[in-house]
Amino acid sequence: MAEAKAVDFAKIKAEEGAAFAKPVQILDNDGKVVNKDLMANFTDDQLVDLMKKMVWERALHEQTMSFSQQGRLGFYAPTWGEEASEMGTVSAFKKQDFMFPAYRDLPQLIQHGATVAQMYLWSKGHVKGNLFDARALRPQIIIGAQMVEMAGAALGIKKNKERDTVAFAYTGEGGSSQGDTYEGMNFAGAFQSPAVFIIQNNGWAISYPRKKQTHAETIAQKGVAAGIPAVQVDGMDVLACYEVAKEAREFAAAGNGPVLIETLTYRFGAHSSAGDDPSRYRTKEEEKPWFDKDPLIRLRKYLTDKGLWSEDEEKKYADECKDDFKKAMKEADAVEPEKVTDMLKRTFEVPTPDIKEQIKKYEAKESK
Amino acid sequence: MAKKTYIKAITEGIDIALAEDPKTLVFGEDVGKNGGVFRATNGLQKKYGADRVFSTPLAESGILGMSIGLAVTGWRPVPEIQFSGFIFEALDSIVAQMSRIRFQYNGTKNAPITIRTPYGGGTHTAELHGDDFENFFVGVPGLRVVTPSSAYDAKGLIISAIENNDPVVFLENLRLYRSVKGEVPDDKYTVPLDKANVVQEGKDVTIIAYGGEVSEAQKAVKKLAKDNISAEIIDLRSLYPLDTDTIFASIKKTHHVVIVQEAQKQAGVGAQVASAISEGAIMYLDAPVSRVAAPNSVYPFPQAENVWLPTANDIEEAARDTVNY
Repeated sequence: MAEAKAVDFAKIKAEEGAAFAKPVQILDNDGKVVNKDLMANFTDDQLVDLMKKMVWERALHEQTMSFSQQGRLGFYAPTWGEEASEMGTVSAFKKQDFMFPAYRDLPQLIQHGATVAQMYLWSKGHVKGNLFDARALRPQIIIGAQMVEMAGAALGIKKNKERDTVAFAYTGEGGSSQGDTYEGMNFAGAFQSPAVFIIQNNGWAISYPRKKQTHAETIAQKGVAAGIPAVQVDGMDVLACYEVAKEAREFAAAGNGPVLIETLTYRFGAHSSAGDDPSRYRTKEEEKPWFDKDPLIRLRKYLTDKGLWSEDEEKKYADECKDDFKKAMKEADAVEPEKVTDMLKRTFEVPTPDIKEQIKKYEAKESK
Repeated sequence: MAKKTYIKAITEGIDIALAEDPKTLVFGEDVGKNGGVFRATNGLQKKYGADRVFSTPLAESGILGMSIGLAVTGWRPVPEIQFSGFIFEALDSIVAQMSRIRFQYNGTKNAPITIRTPYGGGTHTAELHGDDFENFFVGVPGLRVVTPSSAYDAKGLIISAIENNDPVVFLENLRLYRSVKGEVPDDKYTVPLDKANVVQEGKDVTIIAYGGEVSEAQKAVKKLAKDNISAEIIDLRSLYPLDTDTIFASIKKTHHVVIVQEAQKQAGVGAQVASAISEGAIMYLDAPVSRVAAPNSVYPFPQAENVWLPTANDIEEAARDTVNY
């Protein structure tokens, strides 16, 4: 007779991810509606608007890569392939919401109020790139830091008794390995703050694959440990991303505490424009099915079938966007480089005695 | 005016800050109902409510990261890190985040955060409960680093730190919490954040110290006086920025200097003071700069602590050698 077991760990392990294993989806790869009820939430104008936002983001990516290749930018993290995840989620938030983006989230920051020229200045490393008119912090480089900071802002919003307002943050699945991501979720959970955590699982943290990033079956299930509700969404389906983010926002804004969203997306290109080559660490066989899931294809198919969109319109709109981006680059180029004197002046509210001396020295140096 | 302990003075200072500005928040591990493990926030939750004085989950990075989010939504956070040895969990929040906020946003955003943490040895605590890590923070642009050595300064400095719009690392010397008492006014007063204090005037040698070593210097000075060596004591109070005007003025008078720190000798505050003197006052010196510091080992286990820590005798010896050079 088999020995009785106190606990069946194998069973627990096998079932842990089950609750999250059915990502929310509205449109499938072929542009077919798989959830009619959710589809009914959209007007034609909203659908076209989301399509335009994705075309805008793809055009932004293409034009920005071109600038990058011309050596006209500093650090840039490509967003090709993540248009549904980024535009779908950010479209669900309101102007008063406090956004904490990471370095790959420039398109969302622009949608939230920054200008393209300001983001080019950010990329070039100019302080004016951080001075945007949006309730947001600059793109975060330490992926995870924004999660604890956002939890603090969410608590601040709650303490300020701001109505219909949340804080929301983005990181990638690599960022979900950072301790700060858990600490942020745990703090927001413990204080029941209006926080929305968005983890864009794009498959790769530079060369490190999602499967090795964590043995957890889903990133979403990490919310369980913090006691916060979580969901997986098809990150190539802009409509599903929008609906999930909208629900998350409403849930958090109503005082129910934080939410975690995992979007299943894919980085089609390199990690950054600074020499990363994905062919060193991944295969065409892996990439192919993801390219088939291109978020623009499915909504384009759906809208074209409905007579709401055409490839000609799309090309014309993308060209218009690119013209705007070229103007934005000219605007960014026209901004004078920063002075060390100014940097010294803004290190403290009132410069310390040693810094006052250094200001004098650099004023003399920079007035020559 | 009543005599109060160093820790009572800190509590009073925080109390005044909470009373004056409803946006001031006090939080950290155990700071709420328990009043902090040292009772520095004792009674404050009862007085101001759990909305403004509250305990947090146990995670230093969460506490200081949260401070940044609270600051950018209009609050004035006064977080406590229970022991300075635990602060490395939150180093990103301090060094890579809050110290840069004013710089990154061209002064349009600030981070008025006062990080309180006990530090310093000699209390026979467990590992990483009594270390001296001020060296790390003085090297970070955008941070002020302050440590009082008297009860009077403790109250005046904590109020100044909380009122300041830049992040301040406020180091509270563990040994002084209950061993130091002094006259502390009940009402509000402030002590400036970037001024050293001439604790005692003298004419033969300048002893520059801070935190727990100021009282050691005072003991040494009494012994030196018996041999007619008149020593001046400067308490730095502010480890960044350094008040070089006060230091140089003293050296012009005494022509001899001993720099004392409780931390290990390598790098650090004492080295920075010595460097400032060599740049700005070397011509007034009649002897090389003398330094008293702990040896360059990891902070010792409690049994060796008393030998490891610089004492009044070490300071006295260094002062005599310098004067007789």
